[in-house]
Amino acid sequence: MADGLDLSALESWIREFARLVADRRDELTELDSAIGDADHGANMDRGMSAVVTALEATPPTDPAALLKQVGMTLVSKVGGASGPLYGTLFLRMAGVAGDGTLDAETWARALRAGLDGVVARGKAEPGDKTMVDALGPACDALDAAVAEGASLGEALRRSAAAAAQGRDGTVPMLARKGRASYLGERSVGHQDPGATSATLLVDAAVTALAPAGG
Amino acid sequence: MARVGLVVVSHSRALADAAVALARQMLPGRETAIEVAAGAADQGLGTDATAVAAAVASVDSGDGVVVLMDLGSAVLSAEMALEFLDDEARSRVVLSPAPLVEGLVGAAVVAAGGASREDVAAEAMRGLAPKQAQLGEAG
Repeated sequence: MADGLDLSALESWIREFARLVADRRDELTELDSAIGDADHGANMDRGMSAVVTALEATPPTDPAALLKQVGMTLVSKVGGASGPLYGTLFLRMAGVAGDGTLDAETWARALRAGLDGVVARGKAEPGDKTMVDALGPACDALDAAVAEGASLGEALRRSAAAAAQGRDGTVPMLARKGRASYLGERSVGHQDPGATSATLLVDAAVTALAPAGG
Repeated sequence: MARVGLVVVSHSRALADAAVALARQMLPGRETAIEVAAGAADQGLGTDATAVAAAVASVDSGDGVVVLMDLGSAVLSAEMALEFLDDEARSRVVLSPAPLVEGLVGAAVVAAGGASREDVAAEAMRGLAPKQAQLGEAG
């Protein structure tokens, strides 16, 4: 595989994310029932299933169109706060992606733009126990890997490891955003569902885009 | 006469419809455009930014729109809906932090009277005052 993400590779990423979300649907909902409104797994699965259906119905012709289609579908199908948040993430990525193959540097800039969009939309800061706590470290690890000249596969693996670490780091945090913030101290000791699904998004990139040893 | 449109964004279609019914009770014989954007795609609880944008467009006669919402994703979806409008339409929209039911009743009354969107939004923000005054005296 070339050291870049073309339309077909990005489609694989989206399909792999949909598969992971469906696979982990109950786990995401269980995490959300502890500190939220118990709908994160169902909402994300409904949204990503609709995304896959839309991909079949109207196949996008370039990376920007793909990411925009994913974002708009999530906005209208998810229902919960993840709709506008993930929707914004993909729409901002679309703004960076363009119509050609994305190299590691462009991928890093696109994900960073997505993260910035999520932060602007949700007004969450690092440490608020949200998806930002997984995506932020993932973006930082990508930037560092790109700066070192790492291969795309290596950069994706490092970003996934950083996201997982960030996700695990949400357990002791006190929730300051979303439904979980109503719980105050009782939110401490639970892993954040949004950080968990965001880690799946980054994981999906490794599985779908980086062949073993790539 | 100016006629400001109102949009109710809620997780629940039933909640939004009931709030609109309560507000319309205050407007016998008077027309005010109130549109609802509520519920998820599968009829469950949820909000949809594209539905909010469509609702805003449907009640905007050129004098602007005041949007009232419940909590959480309703707020995020209302904010995101602004992205789907062109600059001119967006400049005529006010997202109100007022409490949904009280704010809507107050906003509907003054909107039906031909108030500007700034005045409609200000009236929505005063929605809690009667309750606070009543309970303040009692407590």
